[in-house]
Amino acid sequence: MRIVVPMKAVPDLVEEIEITADGTGIDREYLKFVLNEWDDQALEEALLVKEATGAEVVALGLGSDPDIDASLYTAIAKGADRAVRLTGAGEVPDTATRARAVAGYLRDHPADLVITGVQAPDDLDGQLPATLGALLGHPHVSVVVSVALVTDPPEPPAVRVRQEFAGGRAAELVVDLPAVIGLQAARQAPRYAPISRIRQVMAAGGIEQVDPGLAPGSATGASGLAVRRMHAPEKTSHAQMLTGSADEVAGQIVDLLRSRGLVKG
Amino acid sequence: MSSNVMVLVEAEAGGVTDATVELIGKARELATAWGGAVEAVVLGPGEVGTGLGGADTVVRVEHPGLATYLPEAYENTLAELLVTRSPRLLMLANSTVGLDLGAALAVAWDAELVAYVVGLQTEGTTAVATAQILGGKILAEVGMAAERGVVTVVPGSFPAALGRVAGEPELVTVDAPGSLGSLRMRLERLVTPEGGDVDITAAPMLVSVGRGVGSADNIELAQEMADYLGATVSSSRPVVDAGWMPKSRQVGKSGLTVTPRAYLAFGISGAPEHLEGMRDSELIIACNTDENAPIFDVAHYGTTTDLFELLPALTGRLGG
Amino acid sequence: MPEHPGAVALEVTRTVFQGIDLAGKSLFYVVSTAVILVFLYGWYRRVDKYRQGRPAGRGATFWRAVRGKADVGPAGRRDTRTVGTLAASSTIARRDTSAGIAHFFIFWGFIVAFVATVILTIDHDIVGPVSNALFGHTDSFFHGPFFVVYSLTVDTFGFAFLVALVSMAVRRGIRRPFKLGYGRAQNPDQGYSRGRYVAGDWVFLGLLIAILVTAYLLTGARILSQGDPWFTALTPFGRTVAEIYSGLGMTPAAAATVHTYLWWVHAALALAFVAYIPYSKAMHILVDGVNLLASDRRATRDLPGPVPGADHAGYQQISDFTWKELLDLDACTKCGRCHDVCPARTAGAPLSPRDLILDLRQWVDTAEHGITLLDRESRPDATGPLAPAGEVPIAGGVIPAATLWACTTCMACVDICPVGVEHVPLIVELRRSLVEEGQMDPTLQTAMKNLATQGNSFGKSARMRARWTKGLDFTVTDARKEPVTYLWYVGDYASFDDRLQENSRLLARLLHDAGVSFGILYEDEWNSGNDVRRAGEEGLYEMLAEHNIAALAAAGFQEIFTTDPHTLNTLRNEYPARGASYTVWHYTELLAHLLDTGALPVRPLGRTVTYHDPCYLARYNEVVQAPRRILTALGCELVEMPRNRANTFCCGAGGGRIWMDDSMLTERPSENRIREAALLDVGYFVVSCPKDMTMYSDAAKTTGNDATLTVLDITRLVDEALVRPAPSVGAMDVLT
Ligand SMILES: Cc1cc2nc3c(=O)[nH]c(=O)nc-3n(C[C@H](O)[C@H](O)[C@H](O)COP(=O)(O)OP(=O)(O)OC[C@H]3O[C@@H](n4cnc5c(N)ncnc54)[C@H](O)[C@@H]3O)c2cc1C
Ligand code: SF4
Ligand code: SF4
Repeated sequence: MRIVVPMKAVPDLVEEIEITADGTGIDREYLKFVLNEWDDQALEEALLVKEATGAEVVALGLGSDPDIDASLYTAIAKGADRAVRLTGAGEVPDTATRARAVAGYLRDHPADLVITGVQAPDDLDGQLPATLGALLGHPHVSVVVSVALVTDPPEPPAVRVRQEFAGGRAAELVVDLPAVIGLQAARQAPRYAPISRIRQVMAAGGIEQVDPGLAPGSATGASGLAVRRMHAPEKTSHAQMLTGSADEVAGQIVDLLRSRGLVKG
Repeated sequence: MSSNVMVLVEAEAGGVTDATVELIGKARELATAWGGAVEAVVLGPGEVGTGLGGADTVVRVEHPGLATYLPEAYENTLAELLVTRSPRLLMLANSTVGLDLGAALAVAWDAELVAYVVGLQTEGTTAVATAQILGGKILAEVGMAAERGVVTVVPGSFPAALGRVAGEPELVTVDAPGSLGSLRMRLERLVTPEGGDVDITAAPMLVSVGRGVGSADNIELAQEMADYLGATVSSSRPVVDAGWMPKSRQVGKSGLTVTPRAYLAFGISGAPEHLEGMRDSELIIACNTDENAPIFDVAHYGTTTDLFELLPALTGRLGG
Repeated sequence: MPEHPGAVALEVTRTVFQGIDLAGKSLFYVVSTAVILVFLYGWYRRVDKYRQGRPAGRGATFWRAVRGKADVGPAGRRDTRTVGTLAASSTIARRDTSAGIAHFFIFWGFIVAFVATVILTIDHDIVGPVSNALFGHTDSFFHGPFFVVYSLTVDTFGFAFLVALVSMAVRRGIRRPFKLGYGRAQNPDQGYSRGRYVAGDWVFLGLLIAILVTAYLLTGARILSQGDPWFTALTPFGRTVAEIYSGLGMTPAAAATVHTYLWWVHAALALAFVAYIPYSKAMHILVDGVNLLASDRRATRDLPGPVPGADHAGYQQISDFTWKELLDLDACTKCGRCHDVCPARTAGAPLSPRDLILDLRQWVDTAEHGITLLDRESRPDATGPLAPAGEVPIAGGVIPAATLWACTTCMACVDICPVGVEHVPLIVELRRSLVEEGQMDPTLQTAMKNLATQGNSFGKSARMRARWTKGLDFTVTDARKEPVTYLWYVGDYASFDDRLQENSRLLARLLHDAGVSFGILYEDEWNSGNDVRRAGEEGLYEMLAEHNIAALAAAGFQEIFTTDPHTLNTLRNEYPARGASYTVWHYTELLAHLLDTGALPVRPLGRTVTYHDPCYLARYNEVVQAPRRILTALGCELVEMPRNRANTFCCGAGGGRIWMDDSMLTERPSENRIREAALLDVGYFVVSCPKDMTMYSDAAKTTGNDATLTVLDITRLVDEALVRPAPSVGAMDVLT
């Protein structure tokens, strides 16, 4: 079985995010990019499936994502069998373009299962799993918290996934392969890859570079969204800040609660 | 093409979800401006819940295969409805269902999609959507140029009151697409939340901890303070994912929605998915060392004191 | 072999094998030969084990030590030891004088007894037979003045030896200091027994005492049987025994018989002891001298790099250890000093450096089908160190992960170990294995990930590093753009922790006022990696160090100073190995200098304070004078902490502990320390490390001492004492 894990580098949210001069995008120049945390979860789940079944795990990234190589090498250090960097999707591809590049790759290198993060913090034009599922014509399920290969009738190949809803409800679905899964959280916290191993992997190189050519997509989506303006939310209703030592702040909080009758005395 | 706005109705045990009512309210506004109608799509057999008074038409597909939510079945059905009824805009809640269907329908229907929408306005015959990205740090305003589009709306963005109007929508029943007979996925089992634990939705006061607490053991600090306060401890999602708290304590989109008299958030950044579950609390006090954390935009009071200092200080103040 | 018939009473000597017939002698020689073989076999097995270790690079250290040459540390303390150290038992006398004195006499008593035996053997078994063969008569030098001196020496040293042994027995059996208790810090689920350790101790002590007691009983009997000639006055203790015998009414003839019996008992005990040495605690006689002379404190300051050519990180098998480390394991005498001082153990963490060494020893022994007779632990199930070879990993199995993670790398154990065991590098090696397996606290993982992406453990944007300078009314020079005299390596805590930023600004202002030319690296300063390295994340350390070294190379400065003792350690001691050698100061050294030169004019504060020596400053790098000079210059009365300077007690934050959960502790080390200070009746607890500031402010609160004890950075004291420029003349005019 072959599992492909498309991964995306996104701005580290600890950074102060600035807007470009024309006001329609974020200024990527000085931003630190990190792996989308849900893709990290997806990779972990894929590795768990690999451990259970011996599947091959391929980490997939777009060459235009800043620092994506670091994430790809990390994926290998964690146990992915291969890493592939796709080119030819333009400078700052949106989800639609990204999905077309991944679909292009999968057309030539089919996968039984695609597991990717349920969302990314900046996928304004939609999330990758559903877009990709629709482009490929594969069944797809999002907000998944566990994936396991169905072993009891072996044919046709399928996975059993758990999909979550609000209020703690969930559903267990059996999905025929090939399928696309949007992962919310892996069964266990993503493993740690020691830097020395990552560096060894890096020194060995071995990211395959592929220019897949974009799969045909929706005609409308292809032109991208017309972003008129990006801005930080105006702080219309910013909290009133309590200051002072920890003890003073604690005192003010207790007073607030007391004035509402929530603390007696 | 019509000037109609189509809304997918999601229901839960008590009837139509609040998020759906919000959508219908907003759809009403848009449709009025465009001179179109609001079409509420109800999938599956059974009673149509109350709460759809704001819609002009209720479009029903009563196939038994749609009785419970199944991503592929819903997607195929909606895809066909979009083609046959060609609305100008399809509105979905940014729920599990929205995450499953929104982007896929946009591809299938060849439409534009804006995700994480928190604001919508008309502009002539099109819409302008405001979306919240990067963990709530940035708002993006998108002019929806095409004449057909899909939006997934962050629950809580629009007042539900607009949708909660009386009305007698026209009922239209439509046949299910043939493809429902050859789906590639099936539902095996529905899982209901594990009982036994406290019900955080009923607690008058919640002390909620986020990833900022760092480890399972530190939750003790919050628990101790909550004990003195007479409050219940809840948490954000990552705390549950890490196994530090049971799922039944999770507040937010994929957890529970709470409206306690006081919600005290410690080390929670205030991602939209979390805010969704607690923004209507009567009093929100947030503690986060990052002064720019989005949680401060919904909190009434905030402090950048370190939670590891504040929690013991509070415990002390409360008599610990 | 003819004796000296008739000469007994006249000639000044004594008879070897007195009263033992030929058959007896033959038996003795046969048994002795067997004993020597048993001894050699045991010793061979040990040496064979050490030979499985990697090269340690300590051969040169050892030979220099043998030649009496020690390497001296930054402030004059020795990093390596010499034969002199060994001869004086001085490492044992450190902070335990009576044990040191006792060991001194045991050590020399043993050597004298050993040399005496060698002399006898040479005279009796070499000189005698050889002269007999060559010249036809049996020569001997064992008479006359030589014999007198010999007797006196053996008799007095023997007695001191005996007294020292008895005092050790009293200490162990009656006084029972805490450190000699064998309770484990980490309790295995199924329980354990260390009864055999206790048995081993008593067999060792008991055998030696019995050998000495029989020696005196024997000597007394001999003297009495010889008719107590005049020269036995020079065997005073032996003669006393003879006098007691005769006082009890023993005749010389009876004494001769008693002598024969005692001779056999004594010989049997002595031979048994020799055979027993390599199979017991007594092996320390052979191992520990070598171990001490090969030890080097620098290996803790500047940790060893990854095992060359290894396909895994850290230690996983015996051959990963160096011979010195394998020797370390056998060298431990269970003296418990490290167990006593360890802050992790004190705090109730499941780590005792002593147990760590003993467990590893046991594990190696088990794997090697060990030959230790007693001196081992037993457990109902063969778990942990008793698990069969290859069944459990060393890190995380033989030694539980929680044990390894509990270490603060404070170096107290290495510092106090009398036999030169180096625990810290070993612990770090084992942590490297844990990191390789990803077995670490989630909080530690987060810190490491933050360090890898943003160069700081706070997970803040690297671009925010110099944000603390915003509140200053001058711009701190960017040393990347403009050359400065001093590059200030600020460190993560002083840069990012908002409780400490004010302190950083204070220091900046002081230096600015004093006209010091200094600058910082802004966002190009990354965490120096000292604690990352000690947490076992060697790859991340390398990455951080490479980045910082490149940043330093691109900046213009003459010397470095840092606010953080941990940073000081790695910049001063570890970066040079990566080709970056700079003069690195601690800010207290710079401040002391500025006060000395008058660049910072101060008025006396007249406060009574105590001062906490940071481990990485005082114990690692011997910076103890500068902060004290500052306090003197500020007119503060310093009441020393009971544990001060190199004997300081860790705050608990080192070695990456600050990133880990400490809820398993019963008393945090910092709280222990604050309670120590609270007894001193001082108002101020002065610190000189940013981490200390956070650790101790917190501990003062949690122990309820914050009302009476103010935790202060030394910078703040300097600031308060500073005489700022006088008010403007105009204002003065109005007043007068
Ligand atoms: C489909 C879907 C459903 C989701 N459902 C939910 C949901 O139901 N509930 C939910 O919560 N999330 C949900 N999420 C996840 C959500 O996107 C965020 O990832 C999550 O809410 C972040 O949790 P957090 O605020 O605890 O962690 P973080 O965003 O990591 O924030 C931690 C915060 O702690 C602060 N902090 C750190 N140390 C301290 C300290 N010592 N003192 C004070 N503050 C400190 C930091 O400044 C930071 O702001 C969902 C996501 C998806 C895609
Ligand atoms: S370095 Fe300190 S904490 Fe670690 S084992 Fe030694 S004494 Fe204990
Ligand atoms: S390691 Fe050293 S200090 Fe610790 S018990 Fe052994 S000999 Fe004593």
